Amino acid sequence: MNFDTTTLIPVLPEIYLLTLASVVLLVDIMLRDDQRLLTYILAQAGLAAGLLLLLVLPGEGKTVVFSGHYVRDAMGDVLKIALFVTAIGAFLYSKDYLRARKLFKGEFYVLGLLALLGMSVMISANSFLSLYLGLELLALSLYAMVAFDRDSPAGSEAAMKYFILGAVASGMLLYGISMIYGATGSLIFGEVSKGVATADRLVLVFGLVFVVIGLAFKLGAVPFHMWVPDVYEGSPTATTLFIGSIPKIAAFAMAMRLLVDGLGGLHEDWQGMLIILAVLSMAVGNVFALAQGNIKRMLAYSTISHVGFLMLGVLSGTQAGYSSSMFYAIVYAIMALGAFGIVILLSREGFEADKLADLKGLNQRSPWFAAMMMLLMFSMAGVPPTVGFFAKLFVLQAVVGVSLTWLALVAVFFSIIGAFYYLRIVKLMYFDKPDTDVALEAGWDAKLGLSLNGLAILYFGMFPASLLSVCQVAFG
Amino acid sequence: MEHIYLAIVLAPLLGAIVAGLFRNQIGRTGAHWAAILGVAASCLLSLYVLKLFIYDGEQLYNKALYTWMVSDGIRFEVGFLIDKLTVMMMSVVTFVSLMVHIYTIGYMAHEEGYQRFFSYIALFTFAMLMLVMSNNFLQLFFGWEAVGLVSYLLIGFYFKRESAIFANLKAFLVNRVGDFGFILGIAAIAMFFNSLDYAEVFGKAPELKDATIQVWGSTPWSLMTVVCILLFIGAMGKSAQVPLHVWLPDSMEGPTPISALIHAATMVTAGIFMVARMSPLYELSETALSFVLIIGATTAFFTGLIGIVQNDIKRVVAYSTLSQLGYMIAALGVSAYAAGLFHLMTHAFFKALLFLAAGSVIMGMHHDQDIRNMGGVRKYMPITWITALLGSLALIGFPGFSGFFSKDAIIGAIHHSDIFGAGYASVLVTAGVFVTALYSFRMFFLVFHGEGPRDDHAKHHLHESPWVVTLPLILLAIPSVVIGWMTIQPMLFGDWFTGVLTVLPEHDALGEVGKHYHGQIGFIEHGMLELPFWLAMGGLFVAWFIYMKKPALALEIRTRFDWFYHVLDMKYWFDEVYQIIFAKGSRALGGFLSEVGDRFLIDGLIVNGSAKVVDSVAHRVRRLQTGYLYHYAIAMILGLLLLLSIFVVA
Repeated sequence: MNFDTTTLIPVLPEIYLLTLASVVLLVDIMLRDDQRLLTYILAQAGLAAGLLLLLVLPGEGKTVVFSGHYVRDAMGDVLKIALFVTAIGAFLYSKDYLRARKLFKGEFYVLGLLALLGMSVMISANSFLSLYLGLELLALSLYAMVAFDRDSPAGSEAAMKYFILGAVASGMLLYGISMIYGATGSLIFGEVSKGVATADRLVLVFGLVFVVIGLAFKLGAVPFHMWVPDVYEGSPTATTLFIGSIPKIAAFAMAMRLLVDGLGGLHEDWQGMLIILAVLSMAVGNVFALAQGNIKRMLAYSTISHVGFLMLGVLSGTQAGYSSSMFYAIVYAIMALGAFGIVILLSREGFEADKLADLKGLNQRSPWFAAMMMLLMFSMAGVPPTVGFFAKLFVLQAVVGVSLTWLALVAVFFSIIGAFYYLRIVKLMYFDKPDTDVALEAGWDAKLGLSLNGLAILYFGMFPASLLSVCQVAFG
Repeated sequence: MEHIYLAIVLAPLLGAIVAGLFRNQIGRTGAHWAAILGVAASCLLSLYVLKLFIYDGEQLYNKALYTWMVSDGIRFEVGFLIDKLTVMMMSVVTFVSLMVHIYTIGYMAHEEGYQRFFSYIALFTFAMLMLVMSNNFLQLFFGWEAVGLVSYLLIGFYFKRESAIFANLKAFLVNRVGDFGFILGIAAIAMFFNSLDYAEVFGKAPELKDATIQVWGSTPWSLMTVVCILLFIGAMGKSAQVPLHVWLPDSMEGPTPISALIHAATMVTAGIFMVARMSPLYELSETALSFVLIIGATTAFFTGLIGIVQNDIKRVVAYSTLSQLGYMIAALGVSAYAAGLFHLMTHAFFKALLFLAAGSVIMGMHHDQDIRNMGGVRKYMPITWITALLGSLALIGFPGFSGFFSKDAIIGAIHHSDIFGAGYASVLVTAGVFVTALYSFRMFFLVFHGEGPRDDHAKHHLHESPWVVTLPLILLAIPSVVIGWMTIQPMLFGDWFTGVLTVLPEHDALGEVGKHYHGQIGFIEHGMLELPFWLAMGGLFVAWFIYMKKPALALEIRTRFDWFYHVLDMKYWFDEVYQIIFAKGSRALGGFLSEVGDRFLIDGLIVNGSAKVVDSVAHRVRRLQTGYLYHYAIAMILGLLLLLSIFVVA
């Protein structure tokens, strides 16, 4: 096997991330506790530079390297850019929160960067092996991040549950992969998809069920969602912010690589499974969210319902469906980032703003951020002219396009139920009296970021074509 | 050019935003500068564009600037269609608006909500420009509703005054009726033409000329007639035509500058503009044209009559506005779109002038608006007097003044038309000339001449208004006098509207008038031999005779024709009937629906019922989330078994 260094060029983003994580780790060791800001700046600057690298890297068509285990294509490029942007936002919002709680440690950034690396590998995976590698790297980093506040019993409990359930799900995924490997004789997605045509159907579908479960766990789809609310609630909000937004992008990529690239021949079967999971997710997510008084739990269930929507586009099995799901995943990451950002913004030293009641009268305390939160909530509920409306519209169009009109109706029905708890937040912010009149303590940087985040919701709602065309090109 | 057009629209919006959102930071002076600069920029650019169109042969511009979305082949866009009609409207709107902005500095000087007022009128200018510059029905509707919104806000500007709140609610509700027709018309267009773009719709119109639809039952209706009448119902609301005219007199509750800008010169003419813009559609339905004609002529005459018995200075001008709008609409009905638009333009100048002059008098009289208390104001307010005189002469159509050309053209066109209803209309609009002269000069004489003012205190304080008030009066008086003379040739009989308006040869009543047109002098000479001129002079004379020469006669006529006076004073009981049937009726219906339909069925059973079910389900099932790890694992296993049993075993 001859090794050509040019094959490293497509992999540069991952190499870069690994290097960055190592450098941050090394530098952090040498810093005193009062110098942690340097770690933060280094991580952020590194991400920004990585973003530049992604933007300038030449990319045409599709490049497969590392003996078929790694692929670089338009979808991957776009998703990685979204990954980096949301990661910068997540680090930005969580800085003040971590400092106020004496959690401002270098490990947070090292783990975060390693999780990013894992996601990046998942996005570019072209075989079961590299996909699994990325997935485990992501999961291990997240377990540690959930338990980042060592003294918090809730955090440790959440991490433990997440870890054990994650292990079960990993086991199932691996079992499914081994079945498919056995039937088709390959781990490379391209080979697998050729083998699907001739292999034993029963074994394939048997393996597919396990693979879909591994995916569903990662996405947090019902009934493999039980970890989501506990982990969201138990983690420090900084970690919730990270878990709640970015990995959805990677999970979408995982679905695309596994189901479309690898097992496209079994579309009929996984379509049926995803329909079941999507309907259950939308139903359970929206109904459970109603009964929550904790905003992190509410957003957890909201995530579950959004995952249901996200799957609609994938299961339609058309180019338009894939690009609509990709649009949804990116938009969801931006919305979740902003929503958790507001929750962080409301927290301060010794006070976790994680109750719905903490949003009361936000309009009187800060009209601007109340307006931003309103935009985010409208977007999550799918109200025009915010981008959330188009995200929902496009996936619904995709399922209607493959004559699954009943499914679109079900989705609309549950999103009406969902509108209630989003609007309840708007009501709390605008029509209730605040319990406290403490001013919001946040740095100008986080405030600026949140404002941009909120306005982006509006901008992409007014000009949806700008983002949609990017998603369409990825599958053009 | 695109940038210029965008700047024309956005400059007033910017002014409105600055004056409105930063009102506390920039203060009163800052707010009026922000709004005035925005509108002035827009006005200068509009005039520049006008110059390009007149002298440099600038061509039609029709382009979508922003596509919001495409649904089922129908594009939702923001775009501009700039042709000579648009340019004319832009220039008139921004010029009058600028005058009103300047005037407002003086008029509102001691009022609360000064910045809010400037923010609103600048916003109005933006909305009106969006309306006239639109190249599609959606944006037209946006502009239509946006001007309606600002009008609503401004009628209720003194929101602590009961009557103002009543008036703005009334304006809002009556306009709902019109807008309902309007949006049905737009929906019909979207449905049958499958486009909202003007050019595409007009292009398709001839194909659908004979198309029929079934509105209910199986009777076939002409598509064109249905569409045109529905759209015209919108115009009836906005342009205050009988029977939807009732809101306009009440809208005088708003401050005088907006009565001039919105409720006389610009917004209320949106209906005329819209119908003229849609001339390719209206030409295809004679039924709709007849309908337009009859409504317009009826409004022109009967609302004018009411003007004779009004005593509130603003209400006289308001009824005069109704009547003049009726003239414009009637012109549209006989396909004399150019004449309607021509009158729209001249009327914008002289009616804004009259309103602002009335406002100036009101300021002098310390907000006493009753003309019976006035009199002799001429001595104290010479500039207001002379400008009001010029405005009144233009209004009654004194030869050579702008109103003369436009009104004579309309009457001539109706006279030459042979569409159904033209005979009826011809009588009414001709008789209307006498009425116009009578109420105009009744007011003019009562306010400016004779003895008065009645109150000594008022007399003592009466003085000419400051220059910010008189300057707009003078600047508006100039076009009120000369604009007709200057533009009659190109606008009515030349090629200004060629390619913009569509007139079928068999409808071309204005062309008949044009055959006898030999220059302005000839037009004046011809006009002075015709009946309308003598009616106008007669009205003027009668007004002078009754109110100046023999004031006792007025009272005598009133007692002699008491029943007739009563009919006019009660404004034909429109308000009372509407109050009883629609206001009370709909409140009773609303009360019933609210009790039974809303509270019991919808709220009780459907909304709260389903919400309660969902809520109780949610609270019950949340216990499934026990927190125990093994329960979670079991859930996963159950999920696995579910999928396996469905997809593998089955």
